[in-house]
Amino acid sequence: MKPVRKVEGRAIPFGQKNVDTDVIISAEWLKTISRDGLGKGAFESVRAKEGNVFDDPEYAGASVLIAGDNFGCGSSREHAAWALDDMGIKAIIAPSFSDIFSSNAFKNGLLSIALPQEAIDRLMEVAKTDPITIDMESMSVTTPFQDRFTFEMDPFRQQCLMDGLDEIDLTMAKSDAIEAHENRVDSAQAWHKPVAA
Amino acid sequence: MTKAKTLYEKIWDAHVVDQRDDGTALIYIDRHLVHEVTSPQAFEGLRKAGRKVRRPDLTLAVPDHNLPTTPRIDANGNKIPIADPQSAAQLEALEANAPAFGIKYIGASDAEQGIVHVIGPEQGFTLPGTTLVCGDSHTAAHGALGALAFGIGTSEVEHVLATQTLQLSRSKSMEIRVEGLLGPGISPKDLILHIIGVIGTAGGTGHVIEYRGEVFEQMSIEGRLTVSNMSIEAGARAGLIAPDEKTFAYLKGRPMAPKGADWDAAVDYWKTLPTDDGAQFDKSVTINAADVAPTVTWGTSPEDVVPVTGHVPAPESFADPSKQDAARKSLDYMGLSAGQAMGDVAVENIFIGSCTNSRIEDLRAAAQVLDGHKKADGVKWAIVVPGSGLVKAQAEAEGLDKIFTASGFEWREPGCSACLGMNPDKVPPGERCASTSNRNFVGRQGPGARTHLMSPAMAAAAAVTGKLTDVRELIG
Repeated sequence: MKPVRKVEGRAIPFGQKNVDTDVIISAEWLKTISRDGLGKGAFESVRAKEGNVFDDPEYAGASVLIAGDNFGCGSSREHAAWALDDMGIKAIIAPSFSDIFSSNAFKNGLLSIALPQEAIDRLMEVAKTDPITIDMESMSVTTPFQDRFTFEMDPFRQQCLMDGLDEIDLTMAKSDAIEAHENRVDSAQAWHKPVAA
Repeated sequence: MTKAKTLYEKIWDAHVVDQRDDGTALIYIDRHLVHEVTSPQAFEGLRKAGRKVRRPDLTLAVPDHNLPTTPRIDANGNKIPIADPQSAAQLEALEANAPAFGIKYIGASDAEQGIVHVIGPEQGFTLPGTTLVCGDSHTAAHGALGALAFGIGTSEVEHVLATQTLQLSRSKSMEIRVEGLLGPGISPKDLILHIIGVIGTAGGTGHVIEYRGEVFEQMSIEGRLTVSNMSIEAGARAGLIAPDEKTFAYLKGRPMAPKGADWDAAVDYWKTLPTDDGAQFDKSVTINAADVAPTVTWGTSPEDVVPVTGHVPAPESFADPSKQDAARKSLDYMGLSAGQAMGDVAVENIFIGSCTNSRIEDLRAAAQVLDGHKKADGVKWAIVVPGSGLVKAQAEAEGLDKIFTASGFEWREPGCSACLGMNPDKVPPGERCASTSNRNFVGRQGPGARTHLMSPAMAAAAAVTGKLTDVRELIG
């Protein structure tokens, strides 16, 4: 995973609440066996409408998406995170995220930043004309107009994102503890293993 | 005296492999279900890194999302290939990956094939007190048996395959206490739709829900599976219902469940799992069962529910301006107007199936309503998709398939089908579907499709009259 320390750029002021995973990428696009190329399927039903914010030339090349409450609700499809990544989005800012989506985003080095609605309202305004900056070191979102909003993230995630750490490698370094757990369960709960049919 | 714990805390504590100072923990995963859509990239990742599957014996693979529900074997006993090349490629990838990594695989035309969340409990793979994951959000279903079960993304699928663990932070706990019992003709589906309507689609975010109250004690395991399945629609990653004698009776003798002395030891352990008296939940919501009517959705979010006897709400009736805006968009998409009686809404399609409602009790409930009736002329397409090959065989042994086909339904092969529009079973644009599935999102059942979620009995009632109908009028 590539380290993510700072994201700077224009932001798409989408703003919608309860954006579900089927809106981000519909099921028809889930038939791929690759992680790549899903950007063109992103927000298909939204982009079918004239004058939508995603196809507005003002936001071409944007690296941030601003949305409303409960972003990414619905299915567990990581394709939603892959699609956003493929369309060039590096960070999503919203008042709240579904649990599975924010985990999927994290695994792909995509920032999901939760800020209060007042901050979102202000950033939606700024996004129309100017870029915004997200700094992972100071955990802050800033604008050229001296706005500064700080956010929280669990320290483990922050460290993984900033150092680009591979989580599987980190866990495999704990294989002794995993094996100890397995041995404990095997001896105390013999019923635990599925019976081989 | 030890601290009183919730069911969730007991399962969590028993699975901590490594506790970090920041509150996150490495949690052991006892069961992993794998299907064809969210796994190819995970297996590819393992291959690239030269990793193997740590515990293939705790992993079970089955295809379900993509499979057409038309016959899979021709008259000569040969497999019928999938026409869509992308779906076929996903199926082939799983068919190759499972044996290559030593994972037990139930094939597309095997008798036990079905939707992951139907076959897990059915095979006795799902057990109380275990942690169970699958790359599918409706994994929450398995909480009905007292397993801590939740959906994960593909990177996490890869992480579990490689390490049999997940790095997680503990969720908050939420009690949904239902007071009283459901009235006649009211099903577990009506109850969960009602609950989602009360707490909203983000009401459970960051929480694991435990469903408590006499209604769940009296509910069958299949009813509990329907309820827990839709926990994710309330934003919760997992749902839980305490294991009890019904759970044990359901599991006893299932192929992958413990046997003999192991069974007795397992039951002794499972009896220690229910939430202790005095245990604290972070949040508690009380629902009155008497308030639950046969429920349908009117909008494009599972929280958009109304009794079938009610009316389409006016967007202005919502306090939150953004909800007003969402309601306007929903009504536009759904082709409904404020104030319209739900009972006047005509449907052209009926879908009985999905991991929420495709088990034998669901099919019995629908067949009971349909018996002796024909589907209405306005209903163009009506299908029943059993949740597994074993459910299908059981239904056929009971003659339910004959009732369905006599009333004009198509009797299909098991799979996810029209729940998510990944296989050929789709609802045409602009048409409505009375559906027993779990999501009424924009485009979920196909581009432009209009979904009304409801119970199997209610979907059957809609088939008979051609419009949304209070099933109590037909069976009363």
